Amino acid sequence: MGRMVEIQGLRKEFGPIVAVDGVSFSVAQGEVLGFLGPNGAGKSTTMKMVTGFLTPTAGTVKICGYDIQEDPLEAKARLGYLPEGAPAYQDMTPAAFLKFVGEIRGFRGAELDRRIDETVAKVHLGSVMDQTIETLSKGFKRRVGLAQAILHDPPVLIMDEPTDGLDPNQKHEVRSLIKAMARDKAIILSTHILEEVHAVCTRAMIIAKGKVITDGTPGELERQSPLHNAVTLALTGVNPQDIHAALGMVPGAGKVEDLGHEGDLWRFRVYPAHGQSIVTEVSRCIRDHGWDVVELYVEHGHLDEVFRMLTEPRQALT
Amino acid sequence: MNIGRIGVIFRRELASYFATPIASVFLVIFLLLSGAFTFYLGGFFLRGQADLLPFFDFHPWLYVVLIPALAMRLWAEERKSGTIELLLTMPVTMGEAVIGKFLAAWCFTGLALILTFPMWVTVNILGEPDNGVILAGYVGSWLMAGGFLAIGSCMSALTKSQVIAFVVSAVVCLAFILSGFPLILDFFSGWTPHMILSIISSFSFLTHFQSISKGVLDLRDLVYFVSLIVFWLFATAILIDMKKAE
Ligand SMILES: Nc1ncnc2c1ncn2[C@@H]1O[C@H](COP(=O)(O)OP(=O)(O)O)[C@@H](O)[C@H]1O
Ligand SMILES: [Mg+2]
Repeated sequence: MGRMVEIQGLRKEFGPIVAVDGVSFSVAQGEVLGFLGPNGAGKSTTMKMVTGFLTPTAGTVKICGYDIQEDPLEAKARLGYLPEGAPAYQDMTPAAFLKFVGEIRGFRGAELDRRIDETVAKVHLGSVMDQTIETLSKGFKRRVGLAQAILHDPPVLIMDEPTDGLDPNQKHEVRSLIKAMARDKAIILSTHILEEVHAVCTRAMIIAKGKVITDGTPGELERQSPLHNAVTLALTGVNPQDIHAALGMVPGAGKVEDLGHEGDLWRFRVYPAHGQSIVTEVSRCIRDHGWDVVELYVEHGHLDEVFRMLTEPRQALT
Repeated sequence: MNIGRIGVIFRRELASYFATPIASVFLVIFLLLSGAFTFYLGGFFLRGQADLLPFFDFHPWLYVVLIPALAMRLWAEERKSGTIELLLTMPVTMGEAVIGKFLAAWCFTGLALILTFPMWVTVNILGEPDNGVILAGYVGSWLMAGGFLAIGSCMSALTKSQVIAFVVSAVVCLAFILSGFPLILDFFSGWTPHMILSIISSFSFLTHFQSISKGVLDLRDLVYFVSLIVFWLFATAILIDMKKAE
C-alpha cells in the first residue's frame, strides 16, 4: 500500500524557540514508526502538527492524501490520536466518553454500539465502563485513551508515549495491542524507552533538537553502535601486555580495550576496524596462542548507546 | 458547519454540568438570590404593582457574578486537562466546538430562568400583570445572559486558570453594564465628545436590557445582543487558535 502519512519540511517555532526544524518523512501501511529522542527533542510538537492540533510554521502534512491544513475534516476522520498523558473528560464514564467520541465521528445506533463493544473488548475496559474516568487507575485511563483513538478503526494511528508511566505488565499489554493492529495501519508512536523499539517498531527515527538524526530499522540503528560486532573475552594466566599486543594484530581488528581484571582474570574488548564481524579472526588468534579463555562473546550494539552517541555527541562512548 | 456535531458537543457539555455539583449549586444560588433581591431589595410587595420589573432589574447584577462562574470552565478546563487536544484533533471545526459549548451554557441559563416560574405564578395570583411584558423580560434576560456567556467564553479561552477567567470576565461584564450607568457616563461627559459618549452608552447591556424588559422587543436590541454574542464567540475561536499551543 501507499504512503498513508506524508510529511514535508515540517517546522514549528515558538517565538525564538525552534521546536521542530525541517522534519520530512513518510509512513506506509504496516509500518510502526518509533519516534525516539531526548525530552524536548520536538516529538510531541511534531505529533501535534501531524494531527492538526498545531499549525506548522512551515511544511505540509498529508494523511491518506488529505492535507491536514487544507482538508482538516477528511484528514482527521482518518486519524486516531492518543495525546501525551491520555487526556479525557474526567467526570465522564468510559461508556459516556466513548459514546461521545463515536458520535463526533459520525456513528449512531447499532453501529455505534457495535464499535464501542468491539473496542472495549480489545482494550479490556469492560469492568470499569460505569465508573467516572477520574477514579480509574493509570492503566485504565491509558486504555480509555487508546479506546477513543481506535474506536473508528483509523488507517493512521498516532500515539504520544503510549506506555509512559505504566507498569511492566501494562506496558506489555499495550505493546501487544499495538502489534496486533499494526498490519493494516500506519502507526507512529513516540517513546524514550528504547526496548520498546525492539518490541513493537519496524522502523525507528531519532530526533534531537527538532531535527531527524537517523532513520532506519532497529537493527540498522544498532549497527551504528561502535560496540556492534566487538568481541569481549576474559582469560587467565597470561601477561596482559602480550595479549593486548596479540589482539591488536588480529586481522580486521581496530582498537583493543582493556576492561580491567579480577585477580588474574583479565578482560579485553576488541573493536572491529570497520564494523565487520571479527569473531572468527579472534578465535583463531586464541587458538594459535593456546590461551585459556573463560568468556567470549560478540557484542550487538545497544540502541541506548547509539541514542546517546547521536543525541549528545560530546559525551559519546568511544 | 455541521448541526449534528454541534449537537453532540452541546449534549456532552450540558451533561457535564449535571455530572458535577455545578448545576445544582448554580441553580440553587440563582433562584435564592433572584428571589431575595426581588422581595427584599426590590420591594416586590410594597410597590403594589403586578409586574416583575424588580425581579428583572437585578438580573444584570446577578449575572455579573454568576455567569462568569458558569463560563469560566468552558475553555480553561479543556486547556488545563488537555482535552482540547482531543477535541480539536477530532473531525470537528473550531466553530462547531465554540458554538456547541456556548449553546450548552446558554441553554443552562435558560433552564435557570425557567425555574423562576414560581415568581411568575405569584405575580399572576396577586394581580393581573401584562404577561407579554413579562415574557419580553425573560427573553431580554436570556439574551443578556447569552452576551455575558459569550464574554465569559472568550475570557475562558484566554487562560488555563479558571480563577483568572472568572475575575477577568466579571470585570469585563461589569464594564458592559456600567457603561450605561449615569455615574460612569458623567465621569466621561466632562472631557469626551458627545458622539463617543453615546457610543459608550449604546454598548451597555443595561440600556438594551431595560428597554426590552419594559416590554419593547425592539429589533435593534435583538440585533445588539446577537451581534455581541457573535463577536465574542468569534473572538473566542481566534483566541483558542492562538493560545492552544500553550
Ligand atoms: N507551547 C510552547 N511554547 C513554547 N515552547 C514550547 C511549547 N511547546 C513545546 N515547546 C518547546 O519545544 C521543544 C520541543 O518540545 P516537545 O515537542 O514537547 O518535545 P518532546 O515531546 O520531544 O519531549 C521544547 O524545547 C519545548 O520547551
Ligand atoms: Mg513529549
